[in-house]
Amino acid sequence: MDAAKEARRGNDKTREKAAPPPSASNVPAFSRDEDLHAYREMLLIRRFEEKAGQLYGMGLIGGFCHLYIGQEAVVIGVQMASKDGDQVITGYRDHGHMLACGMEPKGVMAELTGRKGGYSRGKGGSMHMFSREKNFYGGHGIVGAQVSLGTGIGFANKYRGDGAVSLTYMGDGAANQGQVYESFNMAQLWKLPVVYVIENNRYAMGTSVSRASAQTDFSKRGVSFGIPGEQVDGMDVRAVREAATRAIAHARDGEGPYILEMQTYRYRGHSMSDPAKYRTKDEVARMREESDPIEQVRKRLLGPHKVAEDEIKAVDAKVREIVNESADFATSDPEPDPSELWTDILL
Amino acid sequence: MATDILMPALSPTMEQGKLAKWLKKEGDPVKAGDILAEIETDKATMEVEAVDEGVLAKILVADGTDNVAVNTPIAVLAEEGEDPTSVQAGGAKSNGKGDGKAEGQTAPAPDMQAEGQAERPAPVAKTGDDKPVDKPASPAVITNRSEDRAMAEIPEGTEMVTQTVREALRDAMAEEMRRDDRVFVMGEEVAEYQGAYKITQGLLQEFGAKRVVDTPITEHGFAGVGVGAAFTGLRPIVEFMTFNFAMQAIDQIINSAAKTLYMSGGQLGCPIVFRGPNGAAARVGAQHSHDYAAWYSNVPGLKVVMPYTASDAKGLLKSAIRDPNPVVFLENEILYGQSFPVPKGDDFTVPIGKAKVHREGKDVTIVSFGIGMTYALKAAHELAEAGIEAEVIDLRTIRPMDSETVVASVKKTGRCITVEEGFPQSGIGAEIAARLMVDAFDYLDAPVLRITGKDVPMPYAANLEKLALPNVAEVIEAAKAVCYR
Repeated sequence: MDAAKEARRGNDKTREKAAPPPSASNVPAFSRDEDLHAYREMLLIRRFEEKAGQLYGMGLIGGFCHLYIGQEAVVIGVQMASKDGDQVITGYRDHGHMLACGMEPKGVMAELTGRKGGYSRGKGGSMHMFSREKNFYGGHGIVGAQVSLGTGIGFANKYRGDGAVSLTYMGDGAANQGQVYESFNMAQLWKLPVVYVIENNRYAMGTSVSRASAQTDFSKRGVSFGIPGEQVDGMDVRAVREAATRAIAHARDGEGPYILEMQTYRYRGHSMSDPAKYRTKDEVARMREESDPIEQVRKRLLGPHKVAEDEIKAVDAKVREIVNESADFATSDPEPDPSELWTDILL
Repeated sequence: MATDILMPALSPTMEQGKLAKWLKKEGDPVKAGDILAEIETDKATMEVEAVDEGVLAKILVADGTDNVAVNTPIAVLAEEGEDPTSVQAGGAKSNGKGDGKAEGQTAPAPDMQAEGQAERPAPVAKTGDDKPVDKPASPAVITNRSEDRAMAEIPEGTEMVTQTVREALRDAMAEEMRRDDRVFVMGEEVAEYQGAYKITQGLLQEFGAKRVVDTPITEHGFAGVGVGAAFTGLRPIVEFMTFNFAMQAIDQIINSAAKTLYMSGGQLGCPIVFRGPNGAAARVGAQHSHDYAAWYSNVPGLKVVMPYTASDAKGLLKSAIRDPNPVVFLENEILYGQSFPVPKGDDFTVPIGKAKVHREGKDVTIVSFGIGMTYALKAAHELAEAGIEAEVIDLRTIRPMDSETVVASVKKTGRCITVEEGFPQSGIGAEIAARLMVDAFDYLDAPVLRITGKDVPMPYAANLEKLALPNVAEVIEAAKAVCYR
C-alpha cells in the first residue's frame, strides 16, 4: 500500500497543472514480450475498429457505433494487471473491452452486423454484448448504469469470497451521473472489490470536460467517500498497467474500491454520425502525432527491444487477417431466424 | 380541571394497540415530556409522553391490555392542587384533538406509514381463504373443499395456520434463505430496524449482516447493485420501502434487469425480486400512494405479482425468489396486518401466472387483484343478497396475465367488470377489456366496465382520498349495470 500512497502523493503535484498527465519517464519499463503482447492486443482493437467504421460506412452496421480508436492502452493495460476471474463491465464504447477480454472478433463483428453468429444472436448490437465465459458483463447503453451494476458484481465477489475484482469502466460523461456516487458510497462503506476506471477522453459526446464538470480532476471524485484515486497517462500502456496493478491489489486485499482516471483521447467522433465540430483537426492530429498509444510501443519495439521490422510486419499481417476474417464472417453469416424474436425474453 | 389522557395513534393508520406497560403509577407527579407508558403494535413499541403537568390521578386501562382503541381514555391527569381521588373517569376534558389522533400527546412515530385501514372494506368472512382472524388461532384443517373455492388449490387435509400477510412474507423469505444461500435481502432499514414495515423481522438475527443488508437511502444505486449481483448468479431480494421510491430505480429495473437476457441472446439472466408496498395506504398523499401494477406490467422481461391473501403472498413470494427472472412483487401496506389461513410448512408455493377463482358465481365476473379484492369480495357478498351471483377472480399475477381463467369465466357469465386502485388510462382493467374484446367478444352481453382509482393524483384530505379510491358501491353499481338490473 505504501507504493500506492507514494504514487498518490506524486500525483498531487501533477494535479496542479491537470495536463499533461504524469510523465512516463518514471514508469517501469515493459519487457520485450510485454511490449509485443501490448502491441498486438492494441493493434487488434485499432484494426477491428477501423474495419467496423468501414462496414458502418457501407451500411452493413446499423444504429449506433462508438469506436474506441485512440483509447486502446487503457483497457489493454488494465487487462495486463488483472487476473482470470476478474470481471469487466463498461458502457456503450465497448468493442475494445470485449476483445481485451478474449472474446472472439468474429462474434463481436457479427453482432455489429446483426447476424445470427453475433454474441447476442443479433439481438443486442454494438452497445449490448456479454460473455459469461469471458467474465464480460456488458456493454450497457444507459450512461452510468454499469457503475451500479459493476458495484453489484463487486458485492457478489465479496459475498462469495472468491477474491475476484470487478473492473468497472465509465467515461468522463458518465462520471457526472448520480448513481455513480451512490455506488461509490456503498462500495467504500462495504469495502467492495471494485476498481472504477474513468476513461477521460475529454469529451462527453460533444461537451468538453471543462464545460460539463465542476471538478475536472476525476481522480478526486471519490474523495468525499475516502476512495483513493490517481490520474494516469492513459496513452501509455505501461503507466496504465502499473496503476491498475496497484488499484487491483488494493481492491483484492479487502481495502475497498479504487478510482483510476485514465487520461486518454478518442480520435473518432462520439459515434459514426458525429462530425466532431467541437474540437479542431489540429488537436486530433497533435494527439495522434505525439501520444498515440500503439506508436509508442512500436517505437520501443523497434528501438530498445531491437525487434526486427519484419517481425512487427508479421504481427500487423496476422492482425489484419483476423480482422478480415471477422468481417467476412459478419457479412456472410445469416440474419437471426425470425423465431428469435420471441426467444430469450424469460428463462 | 382534570384531563383525560387518550390512547394515541402512533401512525396515520393505527386503530388500536396494546397498552404494554405503565411507567408512572397513580399519584405520581407528571411533567410535560415525561414518559407515561409504553404502547405496542405488531410493528413497533412506542412511548407515550405527557403533554401537560399534573398528577396521574387514575389509570383507566391496566398494563398488558390488548386492542385498546385509539382515543380511548387510558388515564386521568389531575391539575396540581386538585384532589386526585375526586376526579371522574371519562368525564374529564380531553386533551386530544377529537379527530381520532391524539396529536401532541405522543412521541412522533418512526414510520411514515403503518398498517391499518381507514375506508376500505374489511375482508369478507365468506370463503375460507379470506377469513379474517382477530387472534392467532390453533391450526385448522380444511375438511370441506367444495364450499371453499378459494382454497381449491390447497390439497385436502393440509394443516393450516393463521398468519398475517406480514408474517407470511417474512416466512417466505426466511424459508428460501434457509434453502438457498445465494438468496439475500437488501434495502433500507431491512436489518437492524427489522424492516420499515417489519416484513424482515428477525431475518438479521437468523442470517446475519452478510445476507440481510441495510443500504443507504440510495434506491437507484442499490437496485443496480442488486441487478449486478444477480447477473453473477446470486439471488437478491431488493426491498423498496415503497414502490413510489422505486421510481428512482426504475431505470435499473427496466433497462438492466428486464432487458439484459434478451440483449445478451439468452446468456445473462437476472434472478432478482423487487418487493415492497405499492399503492395507497391511508392519508399519505400523492407521492406515497401510486399503484404501479400497470407500469411494470407493460414491460417484457419482467414478471409482475400482486397477491391479496397471506397464503398467496407466501406461496408467490417463494416462487418469485426461485424464479430465474426478475420479478416485481407488489405488496400493500393495508393488507400487511390482515390475517388469513396459510398452509403450514416450508414446501408450499403458488405458481406465478395463474389466476384464482376466489368465489364462484354465474351472473357476472369481477376481476381484481391485490387490495382491489377487498372491494370485489364485499361487493360480491352484497350482490348475492340482491340475487346476483358474482364470480370473483383474483389475478394474483399481473404479468404474465392468466387470460384463460378470465375468458373461461366470462364465457359462463357473459359479463365482466374489473376492480383496481390504479389509474384508469392504460390500466390493468383496460388490458383485460381489450383481451376480452378479442377472446370473448361473442360471449359478452354487456360492455366491460372498469372500476379504478380516479384519474387524479391522490389527495391528502380524508374525504377527497375516499372519493379518489374505488368503493364497494361503485363495484355493485357497475355489476348491476352490466346485468341490466
